[in-house]
Amino acid sequence: MSALLDIRDLKTWLDSSGGTVRAIDGISFEVARGETFAIVGESGCGKSMTALSVLRLLPEAGQVVGGSVLLGDEDLLRLPEASMRGVRGRRIAMIFQEPATSLNPVMTVGRQIAEVLERHTALRGAAMRKRMLELLQAVGIPDPLRRLDEYSFQLSGGMKQRVMIAVALAAEPDLLIADEPTTALDVTIQAQVLDLLSGLQRDSGMAILLITHDLGVVARMAHKVAVMYAGQIIEVATREQFFRTPRHPYSRKLFEALPGSERRGGELAVIRGQVPPLTTDFRGCRFADRCDSAWERCHAEVPGFSSGGDEGHGVRCHLYDDAQTRTREQASPTPEPVVDERSDAVQPAQQGAALLSVQGLKVHFAIRKGLFKRTVGQVRAVDGMSFDIAAGRTLALVGESGCGKTTAGKAILQLIRPSAGSVKFDGEELTRLRGRALRERRADFQLIFQDPYSSLNPRMRVTDILSEGMQALGVADTVAAREARMDRMLAQVGLNTEAKLRYPHEFSGGQRQRIAIARALAVAPKLIVCDEPTSALDVSVQAQILNLLKQLQRDLKLGYLFITHNIAVVEYLAHEVAVMYLGRIVERGTVDAVLRTPRHPYTQALLSAVPTLEPAGERAVIRLRGELPSPANPPSGCHFHPRCPQAMDECKLDYPAAIRIGENHEVNCLLYRPQAG
Amino acid sequence: MPLLPIILWTDALIFLLLAAIAGFVWYVRRHEHLRAPWWRVAQTPAAMSALVVLAVFIIVGLLDSVHFRLALPAAPGTQTDRTAGRNVAYAVDVKSVLDLLLASIADRPERTYSAPLATHAYAKEMVERPGTGGGPGTQIRDYPRLKYGGAHLRDPQRDRQADVLLTGFRGVALAIPLWLLVSIMLVAACTSAEQLASRAFWHALWSGKTEVPWRAILITLALLLLLVLPVALLSRHYHVLGTDKVGLDVLYLSLKSVRTALVIGTLTTLVMLPFSVLLGIMAGYLRGVVDDIIQYFYTTLSSIPGVLLIAAGVLVLQVYIETHPDLFPTSAQRADFRLLWLCIILGITSWTGLCRLLRGETLKLRELEYVQAAQAFGVSQWRIMSRHILPNVMHIVLIAVVMDFSGLVLAEAVLSYVGVGVDPSMISFGTMINAARLEMGREPMVWWSLASAFVFMLALVLAANLFADAVRDAFDPRVRVGIRKLRFARAEA
Amino acid sequence: MSAYIVRRAIYAVFILIGVNLITFALFFKVNTPDDMARLQLGVKYVTPEAIAKWKAERGYDKPLLYDGTATGRHKFTDTIYFEKSVEMFRFNFGRADDGRDIAYEISTRMWPSLALAVPVFLVGMLLQITFALMMAFFRATYIDFWGVVLCVVMMSISGLFYIIGGQYLISKLWNLVPISGYAGGFDALKFLALPVAVGVIGGIGSGARWYRTIFLEEVGKDYVRTARAKGLSEVVVFFRHILRNALIPILTGAVVAIPLLFMGSLIAESFFGIPGLGSYTIEAIQSQDFAVVRSMVFIGSALYILGLLLTDISYTLVDPRVRFE
Repeated sequence: MSALLDIRDLKTWLDSSGGTVRAIDGISFEVARGETFAIVGESGCGKSMTALSVLRLLPEAGQVVGGSVLLGDEDLLRLPEASMRGVRGRRIAMIFQEPATSLNPVMTVGRQIAEVLERHTALRGAAMRKRMLELLQAVGIPDPLRRLDEYSFQLSGGMKQRVMIAVALAAEPDLLIADEPTTALDVTIQAQVLDLLSGLQRDSGMAILLITHDLGVVARMAHKVAVMYAGQIIEVATREQFFRTPRHPYSRKLFEALPGSERRGGELAVIRGQVPPLTTDFRGCRFADRCDSAWERCHAEVPGFSSGGDEGHGVRCHLYDDAQTRTREQASPTPEPVVDERSDAVQPAQQGAALLSVQGLKVHFAIRKGLFKRTVGQVRAVDGMSFDIAAGRTLALVGESGCGKTTAGKAILQLIRPSAGSVKFDGEELTRLRGRALRERRADFQLIFQDPYSSLNPRMRVTDILSEGMQALGVADTVAAREARMDRMLAQVGLNTEAKLRYPHEFSGGQRQRIAIARALAVAPKLIVCDEPTSALDVSVQAQILNLLKQLQRDLKLGYLFITHNIAVVEYLAHEVAVMYLGRIVERGTVDAVLRTPRHPYTQALLSAVPTLEPAGERAVIRLRGELPSPANPPSGCHFHPRCPQAMDECKLDYPAAIRIGENHEVNCLLYRPQAG
Repeated sequence: MPLLPIILWTDALIFLLLAAIAGFVWYVRRHEHLRAPWWRVAQTPAAMSALVVLAVFIIVGLLDSVHFRLALPAAPGTQTDRTAGRNVAYAVDVKSVLDLLLASIADRPERTYSAPLATHAYAKEMVERPGTGGGPGTQIRDYPRLKYGGAHLRDPQRDRQADVLLTGFRGVALAIPLWLLVSIMLVAACTSAEQLASRAFWHALWSGKTEVPWRAILITLALLLLLVLPVALLSRHYHVLGTDKVGLDVLYLSLKSVRTALVIGTLTTLVMLPFSVLLGIMAGYLRGVVDDIIQYFYTTLSSIPGVLLIAAGVLVLQVYIETHPDLFPTSAQRADFRLLWLCIILGITSWTGLCRLLRGETLKLRELEYVQAAQAFGVSQWRIMSRHILPNVMHIVLIAVVMDFSGLVLAEAVLSYVGVGVDPSMISFGTMINAARLEMGREPMVWWSLASAFVFMLALVLAANLFADAVRDAFDPRVRVGIRKLRFARAEA
Repeated sequence: MSAYIVRRAIYAVFILIGVNLITFALFFKVNTPDDMARLQLGVKYVTPEAIAKWKAERGYDKPLLYDGTATGRHKFTDTIYFEKSVEMFRFNFGRADDGRDIAYEISTRMWPSLALAVPVFLVGMLLQITFALMMAFFRATYIDFWGVVLCVVMMSISGLFYIIGGQYLISKLWNLVPISGYAGGFDALKFLALPVAVGVIGGIGSGARWYRTIFLEEVGKDYVRTARAKGLSEVVVFFRHILRNALIPILTGAVVAIPLLFMGSLIAESFFGIPGLGSYTIEAIQSQDFAVVRSMVFIGSALYILGLLLTDISYTLVDPRVRFE
């Protein structure tokens, strides 16, 4: 099989204030016709730069300084710019991570597709319009005729990415570069888009260069996999080889760091330290400082890329240099997850008195319209949800974006005042507390945010960040007491006390999240609302934070309300799960009950859409029609019925009540009503 | 007491501003994240050259901001038996240190126009020609000799050119060693601080590779010295930039105008800043009714045409001054009060822009998670605004302040021209231009007043603009686009 | 959307009432009619009788807000506030100190002002955008660098010097057009050529530099990368994608200035002797004619508020994102 794209020793450097960043430092790989080649790696490893180097669309500070990019027989790096433009869009097309910003906001969808056709094909007029309709149909956009004249902001996120794909496919490219194509999308939409991509590949035989950080997406899509670390490819293998026996210590760590049910109770593997800055002049292996298997040679000598005996499975690691070390490696199989005996001693049955009890919580926002801004409707962001959390327990609130889970979290903390319902904390009704009384209670419930970059004030030192809450809530009265408490908190989250005098920008994402956790812990809360605390972090860092959260819960008997869309994290960390759809909880129960035996059709679809490491085809994915309706105008009856594969006529009538189907398992679905009536 | 110190309103505010800047510098030096962007400014050659020029203007302005009234010499015949000093009479006119330094050119008025470096007046007059042999003089129309300009020359026709060149050359000769001295001191200071070999430092300096662009700074300094010293020497015997209608030295007028421009450019911002910052942040953070009121307030104010509001304000002030003459004993105090008032009105008309900008930014910031974290701690609203919002909008405030400066200097000229600017008795670029514009029509044209005002204003405003640009680039990196040469070209080979 | 516009229009009326109250306070409360009389009469002639006469002549001898002596609605209408401020909403501005009707003066002087301001606005915008476009297109090259330097130098020169320099070069040295003055009909062209040129050149520096940053902000956006990935040439990317997006803030930002064109330019009109509203205002300020200044404040504010309203409307027209909200 001849390679379609052959990259040899590609080097791309970036000019930055801190010096020259060797963003890509000599990578080589081949992409064959019709195959999906995935590049996987954590943020900053150079995977997106690789894509932009191939298309020669680097930012102005970047430049390809060496190597070749052969498309067929042509070296793209040597083409004049004018000929390169003939390659872009025609032979190589690209789709990007953020469909919302990647489409021109003031051009109609049709114009943006037509542009490619006019540039690269001879189609004009009616023939072109026909082709545009075909394209929109091919990417699964309903009512394509109407969509042609719409603007991108009128489409949902998934639709935008479909339009992006239609734009990319317009000139029938040989290679599609997809840079994190589903990262900004929800899992059910992600499943749709991934299906679409593999379907299109089957039909057209184009190759896909897939760039992602998500091993689940890789398992689902890729034929071949390359792992990038610090500007280099450190492992290349077929999907089967890679998922059966990842060889590079870094790749293995990535797998071990993934949360999931099989690691419950244990600690996730973490990779110590951080990715070295790419301005460094490397003398040895780039991973050596963080590697558990490293020895002197790893620090002194740059490892070469070798297949180590296994054909087509190359590794850049000294472990595979010769037979001797290989035996040594084979002797140490992938370590089993360490099961911590102490943890999870609290089994579901032992649930204590509720720390937090939420009953019929509603948060409605008025929609005001017209001349006098009269209220014409309500956005029912949270529309009647009830649950309890006991001390030392974790309830995971799961749902797709827009389902109201973040609003629910804020309403419980009284950062947004609920429209109705009751929030009882330790038996005290929070919704009626005002002013001082509420402020005094605030020490009991705290919150951790998603984005560690915007959750710390960049103008405050860590000591000021940590002491702010203590001062406001009067936790430690004297300066000395606060200092002591701060030191203890920092130690607890695994940071040095020297950190106190530094500013947030001096820390990495994971460290910042630790600071944010320390800030919440400083006021000695009993409950912490964690709003997607790891979704902005890389897998290895996520593992550190999850370990930390778990350990803190064990030590401090904290209750967590864990808001997330990541099912693997739920499996690893939570005791109970509540699945939300359009402002309401549709299914609730223990993790085992809900995730092993999901009953609600939405839960079933959601779980089946999550990409897992099992090779594709072994599990059926339940495909959902359409997208999340607007909470301003929810469907009648069961909110899910328009998309539900098992909907019945009665579903349109009333919202189904909660039905108990087991100890600690409730579902709001008519399918499970008692058969008597 | 030979002098009676007078602190004018604007003097007090200028020194307050100076203290504030000093405090700010001290604060910035201690905070790394604030220091970093300033360090970027310090690495911009254009900004540092501009800063050198600005520094000269600022020194002139500060010297002109220390005011006093000189004691009059005891008039002969007055009784001297009283205790000395008790009864000293002070001159009515308020002087500044700059006036004293420039006394040699300030106190040598001619009768009317004279061209730069001239020895004779600009227009013919009837002059007495002494008769030969003690006979009665004749009156003829001729260009009269100036009283001071080139008065030391015996035969101006013959000697003037040589004298001017020689004096100029002496100035240049003085400038070069002075500059060398400064350079050597600089290198000594830098090398001792950083433990560098001075040879290596010289080399880096001249190839422009030092982090602080010393080369640009030294070149600017050299040009300034080469300009200032010859002019200073020449001004001892000539009116280097000529004289105006009433015979005042134009160089003196130009230098005096600098303070007015600086006051308008800085105090106006100082006056408006508290309002725009407070109201902008309040509107954005508190939203709701507060936001509605503040928005209504600034939309209303900003919809009144600025010039007309200023005109109305100045008319009001004129009435006030005329009805309260006792509050303003000297004309300088009156003019100064009007200057301050002008700053205040200009501030009122210009605070709305910054306020709107800050409101928008605060709206964005209040949704950020660190603000929500503070809310979850029950931190009070004022504290959130002052600790979380304010420090994070300060870069916008700073950019606005430096960007506004040059606009205000230009506005002063226009307003004074319209007649609603500074007091007509106050020397400013605007009054200079206003007085000089009628001279355009004269034949031959009197161009030097306009040219001086033009050159001084251009130097000041251009320097301010270049500096402001660098500050904006450093604090708001969104718009930063530099010239990027292909630095990596070598690696390919 | 129409509800939005109507709401903005109602808001505009409230703003105008606010302006009206502020100007009233400024001209009659802070600065009383007695003060005006004193200033106008000059120190030498101030006697109580002279002041009373001056006020009576101009109708300033009434109570400010409420006339207790009058009956019925005259309690409110027979006051300075009603006659001098409320009447402005009906475009009744009263008489200037020289006895002429202000409304009539405005309606005749408006046209020369427009004849100068409209070409300056249109040609100026066009040149600024072109210049900015050029710099943004050749960004990070020496064309851009020196373009910005030129802009900064140009914006560092006071507008007065452009006028003086222009008058000197074109009219005096080269004798191409009259130095100042105005005539109706086609003769206006030769009087307007220089002021228009000066106005355009004076505005290029700051305008082009400002628009350049708008263009550059667009250049960095994601959709531009998408356009390049389609294989479009840089020129197409620039004119079809970047220009179209950048023009939205540029055009809507310029709309607010359009109604104010009626007010003319203070400086240029007085320098070039064009009998427009700008020079009218300056003369009024210099002769301290309060009635005229008050009227111009009102008209200027009304036009600005109209501009704000037009900005809102133009957004809905130009930007599809707002249009479909």
